[in-house]
Amino acid sequence: MEITLNHFLILSSILFALGVIGVLTRKNAIIIFMSIELMLNAVNLGFVAISKFTGVIDSQVFVFFIMTVAAAEVAVGLAIIVTIFRNKKSINIDDINLLKW
Amino acid sequence: MVILSRSPVNSILFLLLAFFGIAAFYVLLGAQFLAAVQIIVYIGAILVLFLFAVMLLNIGKIQEQGKTFLKVLGIAAGGFIFILFANIFNNSYILQNPAPEMTTTASLGDLLFTKYILPFELASVLLLVAIVGAVTLVKRKSN
Repeated sequence: MEITLNHFLILSSILFALGVIGVLTRKNAIIIFMSIELMLNAVNLGFVAISKFTGVIDSQVFVFFIMTVAAAEVAVGLAIIVTIFRNKKSINIDDINLLKW
Repeated sequence: MVILSRSPVNSILFLLLAFFGIAAFYVLLGAQFLAAVQIIVYIGAILVLFLFAVMLLNIGKIQEQGKTFLKVLGIAAGGFIFILFANIFNNSYILQNPAPEMTTTASLGDLLFTKYILPFELASVLLLVAIVGAVTLVKRKSN
């Protein structure tokens, strides 16, 4: 059976859906963050598959930029989580409800 | 397994496995530079940062108590998104495997430095801002 583009895109959407389930289901802030990284990687995989199957490498450049932005986002996001933990001693997102009315 | 583990260190290790698998896929798809960048940046920097954060915050095994209805709703939302994407991607793109041009690192760098030079420089500014922001956030007020 030939591996076509559809197979790679469906794999990418499976990974993305798993990331979405992780974000919506878990209550620990770090695991939610890891699920966001999983979603970004799923999108990266889709981009690289499209780049291979159409012969244009512009999508690989975009993957490069997505990786850069993900690295910056992880740095800042983990700094925020560490600061919240310092003040509240808990990273259960149910406890971070100061903006709730 | 990333989203199902009780302890966050297990989740990180499963995510490591997932990243290695994705890097293997990149090599199979002919994007060797991106596979190397994935291993160095994602696994070697981002996952190490996650491990630092987990060790620093000293999280043990997590007991999750949440309403079951909300968890079911979350899983249903994920399933809905998967069905949506699978239907979109199943009906189009019946591209077979064409004879591709050799996407080497040189051609990627060629494109990166000619056509996408502005996003490249802006990405470096973004990294600088991220570093400054992360350091500012965790600085204690030294009186």
